[in-house]
Amino acid sequence: MTQSLRYKSITSINGPLVVVNNVQGVKLNELVEIEVGDEIRVGQVVELQGNIAIIQVLQGTAGISVGQSYVRFTGDTLKIPVSEEVIGRTLNGLGRAIDGGPEVVGEKFDVNGAPINPVMRLPPKDFIQTGISVIDGLMSIIRGQKLPIFSGYGLPHNLIVSQIVSQAKLLKKQESFAVVFSALGISNEEADFFRVELERANILDRTVFILNLQSDSTIERIVAPRVALTVAEYLAFEKDYHVLVVMSDMSNYCEALREVSLARNEIPGRRGYPGYMYSDLATIYERAGIISGKKGSITQMPVLSMPDDDITHPIPDLTGYITEGQIVLSRSLHLSGIYPPVNVLASLSRLMKDGIGKGYTREDHFEIYMRLFSAYAEGLRNKELSSILGEETLTSEERQYVKFAEAFEKRFIHQGVDEERSIDETLDLGLEVLSILK
Amino acid sequence: MKMMREGKIVRVSGFVVVAEGIPLPMMNEVVLVGEAGLIGEINKISGNKVSIQVYEETTGLKCGDKVIALGRLLSAELGPGILSQVYDGLQRPLKEIAEYAGSFVRAGIRARRLDHEKKWHFVPVKEPPSKVYGGEIIGKVMENELIEHRILIPPNIRGSLISLVGEGDYTVVDTVAKVKATAGEIIEVKMAHEWPVKVPRPFAEKLNPDEPLVTGIRVIDFMFPIVKGGTAAIPGPFGSGKTVTLQQISKQTDADVVIYVGCGERGNEMADLLEKYKTLIDLRSGRPLVERSVIIANTSNMPVAARESSIFLGVTIAEYFRDMGYHVALIADSTSRWAEALRELSSRMEELPGEEGFPAYLASRLQGFYSRAGKVRTLSGKIGSLAIMGAVSPPGGDFSEPVTQKTLQTVKVFWGLDSDLAYKRHFPAINWLQSYSLYVENVSVWWELNISERWRILRESMLSVLKEEDELMQIVRLIGSGALSERERAILEIARVIREALLKQNALDFNEAYSDPKKTLAIAEVIDYYREQLLEAISNNVPLEKVLNLNIGKEIEKLKTLPLDKCLEESFKLKEKIVVEISRLPSLVRA
Ligand SMILES: Nc1ncnc2c1ncn2[C@@H]1O[C@H](COP(=O)(O)OP(=O)(O)O)[C@@H](O)[C@H]1O
Ligand SMILES: [Mg+2]
Repeated sequence: MTQSLRYKSITSINGPLVVVNNVQGVKLNELVEIEVGDEIRVGQVVELQGNIAIIQVLQGTAGISVGQSYVRFTGDTLKIPVSEEVIGRTLNGLGRAIDGGPEVVGEKFDVNGAPINPVMRLPPKDFIQTGISVIDGLMSIIRGQKLPIFSGYGLPHNLIVSQIVSQAKLLKKQESFAVVFSALGISNEEADFFRVELERANILDRTVFILNLQSDSTIERIVAPRVALTVAEYLAFEKDYHVLVVMSDMSNYCEALREVSLARNEIPGRRGYPGYMYSDLATIYERAGIISGKKGSITQMPVLSMPDDDITHPIPDLTGYITEGQIVLSRSLHLSGIYPPVNVLASLSRLMKDGIGKGYTREDHFEIYMRLFSAYAEGLRNKELSSILGEETLTSEERQYVKFAEAFEKRFIHQGVDEERSIDETLDLGLEVLSILK
Repeated sequence: MKMMREGKIVRVSGFVVVAEGIPLPMMNEVVLVGEAGLIGEINKISGNKVSIQVYEETTGLKCGDKVIALGRLLSAELGPGILSQVYDGLQRPLKEIAEYAGSFVRAGIRARRLDHEKKWHFVPVKEPPSKVYGGEIIGKVMENELIEHRILIPPNIRGSLISLVGEGDYTVVDTVAKVKATAGEIIEVKMAHEWPVKVPRPFAEKLNPDEPLVTGIRVIDFMFPIVKGGTAAIPGPFGSGKTVTLQQISKQTDADVVIYVGCGERGNEMADLLEKYKTLIDLRSGRPLVERSVIIANTSNMPVAARESSIFLGVTIAEYFRDMGYHVALIADSTSRWAEALRELSSRMEELPGEEGFPAYLASRLQGFYSRAGKVRTLSGKIGSLAIMGAVSPPGGDFSEPVTQKTLQTVKVFWGLDSDLAYKRHFPAINWLQSYSLYVENVSVWWELNISERWRILRESMLSVLKEEDELMQIVRLIGSGALSERERAILEIARVIREALLKQNALDFNEAYSDPKKTLAIAEVIDYYREQLLEAISNNVPLEKVLNLNIGKEIEKLKTLPLDKCLEESFKLKEKIVVEISRLPSLVRA
């Protein structure tokens, strides 16, 4: 048993950080409890200097006072209890029940997890049919993949995510699948939207909600996705579930990271985000995959908003460097009424190549994918030329490609929010649109 | 008994620890930190304090915890059993670790870097008594069906060989030889030896690299070649093809041994690579690739500091095989993640930040790394080489950032990846206008002797067509394609064929992924022939439209997917066809 140490020696408070003096035996990353009146706030030790400990408080520092509040070092890292009973429940960003039900009991796991041994990973191969043509046909999701949605303010990523979750086929066929939904700084309405959609799709009772809403503590947001992934890892690797983890919006997570970094006076990296943001995000995104000898899997679908729709902004940029592709949404397609407004050229599923074709989807899938791609790229290029120089400067072949691009957007990409197309339908549709060319 | 040299932690910040009171600390000395004995390295000494970068997860460390100095530098253990291994940045064998520690890698897990129990069949190749020097080969072990592992006298030992065991089975820690050093002491030589990873291994002399490192990728071999012993960087935004290209090189190259360092990148990519190495067969030897490879996997979610050690570990193992007289290729994906680890370390040690927060010594570190490449005469008189190829991951794909720039100052080949090409799925997305190789001169003779004396001419012809295409496209963007002459439109057609038939190459298609230099040259010859015939026809007033209707471009493209023999055969036929069909076309009679 580790003894718990209690101190009253807070000497300074700066944003989310609290400095405690004259401590002894305090460990890096140890969980700390601070008494504020009747309330107990938790924090983590982020740095040690001699007998000084710097603590990052997860639930706001309002009300904590220098020399007054008690600080207790628990001797242990942040752990949460998990069991199968967690399915269907709603927890806060620290993993505590907030749905009025009893606390989840079960074995305790460190929320930070540990890196999967690379040699124990199995390369993901199973195609997940989402029923959305542009995704299934051109950027297929593979079970065990981490594939984010790069969105922007006002774009319909919520609709797309809920359509994917509701229609995802391989998921449904499996007896044991679960959805872990981690809300990060989004509004209550947005979270409710998902609840309603999942209910409609009849999978609410297979979903775990981890809520850190707009109104909740910003700093708790740093822990919330880790809680979600700890739940997911338990279900996938201890209990054989195929788990889909949705994390929305990772941009809010990154803002929280920046806030702490600024308070620690760290040298800011690009646009003020900490230099270690890549490594930090990797400790979240790399918790997806399939492990040899285990039946379950974790598929991740993080959602993030690109500030100013700028894909080179550090948040999408660092994400894209870690995830296995990206689904990029386009404002201009959205404005022209195309749903889902997916920017095909900028999107990519890196694992698609192993999960499509004969034995997986259809033999001609890759070929159709390549043809659609190059024809659409050509069409867009000609369209641009024609808008600068006038249509009359295009040759008749060039004009055909323009026509193709338009039809591709209207017929192949565009579909209803409830419309579910099988992979066969999607590929046939692709061939049909391609027949415009000659 | 030697006195333990130890101190105490006085500060913990991320993976950096400050300790106090270690007697006579050494720069880059290995230390064991805290109760778990985490592996760290001394990075700065000031007064009685030292800064330590810890190579394992630091959760749970406390001020007051013990730090024990080991009196040696961070070293690799080199010897039989190293091939086919998957190591982390600390040379922990990940397969063995998985066997007893399960699916996850945690701090403090220890395992032998080489198997000390396994016996290897040793064949001596020297007779005692005789003089020996460091780096000399005293015996050999067939490590697997493919690679003969040559047993070296460690580079820092010389003297007289007083005994050498006979042919037989020994472990890597059995004494196989005794050397009486010049100072008089007797040194027991085993099959394995330790070498500090940050110290380049010595060689007799650097040689001028003159042989291409064949990759089977046309845009590389033909346009921007790398040599055995050369250096190359492949920068590009995410999704532009760094990893696919480097992995493809690692599978197809004609190097004898390949060391692949996954530094701060994806776990699934390492798993995929390992699986491919096991199942794919080396084109020349017919043996599984895994037999000639070592993988070092320190993924993005593994300890940040170990990215640095993973790079140095990789290059040390690579030099070790070079010293046996092998051609070695070292691939590092991505060097930017290492540079970022340096930046984080520097900032936690509160050093003055340079450009974009990187430490001022970034350039010299990169230089130090790439300068370990080269073609050499080894200490034993053999020819060996080490080529280094590194991915660079510039933030936002902007090549003006420090890591890309400082890397380009040291490497000789630049394969610049282009997101526009990747968006169009033109792969490899190596931009032909931007990229360069400073080895064109070096490999000319090889091409002449082995493939064709026409390589240089063809290469220049193609590059000039591509350059002209770029200029013409700028005109088209301004005033439309109507403004172009027949000849100019013919150049666009040739350029299109060069891009589609020569430069574009699908790494994921089994029939296309590897292109023998002979095949590459044959394709280039046909394209150039087409260029000549087409331009001549145009100058004879044959309408371009008529030539295009022959669809010759499409036929040339088909050559890509053919096996070598078939491709050579078809390319001859195609040339015939080109001349016959084009000459048949009627020309417009001038008014
Ligand atoms: N030579 C190639 N042939 C075919 N596809 C490629 C090639 N290079 C890249 N790709 C495609 O691009 C994707 C991203 O490539 P990758 O090498 O992972 O990019 P990076 O390492 O630069 O982020 C791959 O998943 C693949 O679909
Ligand atoms: Mg990559």
